[in-house]
Amino acid sequence: MLDRREMMKGAAMTALATGFGSSKVFATQTVTLPIGNGERPLVKYPQKRPMIGVTSRPPQLETPFSVFNEGLITPNNAFFVRYHLAQIPVDIDPDKFTLEIKGKVDRPLKLSLKDLKKMPAVELIAVNQCSGNSRGFFDPRVAGGQLGNGAMGNARWRGVPLKTVLDKAGIQQGAKQITLNGMDGPVSDKTPDFVKALDVDHARDGEVMLAYGMNDHDLPVLNGFPLRLVVPGYYGTYWVKHLNEITVIDNVFDGFWMKTAYRIPDTPCGCVDPGTAPKATIPINRFTVRSFITNVTDGARLKAGATTLKGIAFDGGKGIKDVAVSTDGGKNWTPAKVGKDLGKYSFREWHLPLKLAAGSHEIKVRATNNVGDSQPSEPRWNPAGYLRNVIETVRVTAA
Amino acid sequence: MNRRVPLVLFLSLGAVTAVGLGRAVTAAPVNYKLPEETAAFKPGPNLEVVQNNCTACHSADYVNIQPRGPKFKKDFWQAEVTKMIKVYGATIDDADVPKIVEYLAATY
Repeated sequence: MLDRREMMKGAAMTALATGFGSSKVFATQTVTLPIGNGERPLVKYPQKRPMIGVTSRPPQLETPFSVFNEGLITPNNAFFVRYHLAQIPVDIDPDKFTLEIKGKVDRPLKLSLKDLKKMPAVELIAVNQCSGNSRGFFDPRVAGGQLGNGAMGNARWRGVPLKTVLDKAGIQQGAKQITLNGMDGPVSDKTPDFVKALDVDHARDGEVMLAYGMNDHDLPVLNGFPLRLVVPGYYGTYWVKHLNEITVIDNVFDGFWMKTAYRIPDTPCGCVDPGTAPKATIPINRFTVRSFITNVTDGARLKAGATTLKGIAFDGGKGIKDVAVSTDGGKNWTPAKVGKDLGKYSFREWHLPLKLAAGSHEIKVRATNNVGDSQPSEPRWNPAGYLRNVIETVRVTAA
Repeated sequence: MNRRVPLVLFLSLGAVTAVGLGRAVTAAPVNYKLPEETAAFKPGPNLEVVQNNCTACHSADYVNIQPRGPKFKKDFWQAEVTKMIKVYGATIDDADVPKIVEYLAATY
């Protein structure tokens, strides 16, 4: 089911229900994101339900927003997909797959998937969100993947703590960072390969995970099969897919995807005046606090009287403390009831029973985390279109 | 480049058959068939130059989805083409650069 935010046009849904055994990315149907030039094809990929097609080579797929009203866990077949480089692995033999750990280590390792699965497993529910999620709403607009709010998802990840493997290899004195490389790569050898880096202390925090399982199944191919990094609370750029090479280094990694790309202004808000350039930048890191209404869409017509609003909230790992809702455009706020705590990195459900008088209402939702970080009433801006977390608004009419 | 443009979608994937088996771990080789690419550049001046230079590394929808309007004309597209050359190492003849920018500014 789709959302008013992503208005459907075109041919019958049945065309999309066929998947395996057909030959086209069924672009017979489109959705329109509420941004300029927001029309997108609905596309069907193996292992995925119809998704919002952002780009086809390399594939980038956005989750239809209505999925976030179905449950707190985003199904594997609806989880967003983001690649940077077009040479993506399509022939993968998990029996031959190895993860190499090398560089400044005492014992370089080559671990098979079986080796990893023999180690004690851990599970963690965590949100993965693209750095550029919601970039399409930036004003002034900025270049890049023009995403609505669907480049995020919440899954139960299963795997081995990265710490376990790094300790097995024995990180040498003086090591500063680890670099992470996956099986995907550029078409041209002049294009910088997608390699990311984490500080050694972060990599060894016990939470960063080498994940082979997602929601009780193998990772979907487009989400990094057979192994990806999970960096709880951090933007998806660090969650390297098809991860097969970890190198421990004794300096700060200066590859393109750390030194030049995925940088945010070095200011407390990670923002600058709209349209201006930051004086200094730092690598993007933890999520900002966000919350969404999932069961009522912008422009909806509701029955006047009793209704229940519900939605999700999350942050970069401090945990959601409270969620408040306004039905009068932000003048008055009512605390919502927050649902079961699935962990500080998970989506947190919220709901609020209320009465809507006949007329139009501007409904807003605002979350605050356990250290008091919240959401701004006006959108913040940076040149790359990252960190968006303005208080979301839906306008409804009750009658 | 060995991009796959298969005529038939086919998926021999253990994970699919493991649905419902809880944490069953499968080790079957995966052969993932990406769907046929349908995104195309719109007709416009120097279309062939654009197709020859831009499609080796990415599909046309990278261009299609960018913001539109008076602020997203020549300067915007010049900056994008320069980024492709300087940052991503695209090998584009100097003579082709203005032709590509002209196409993008006129067509999108």
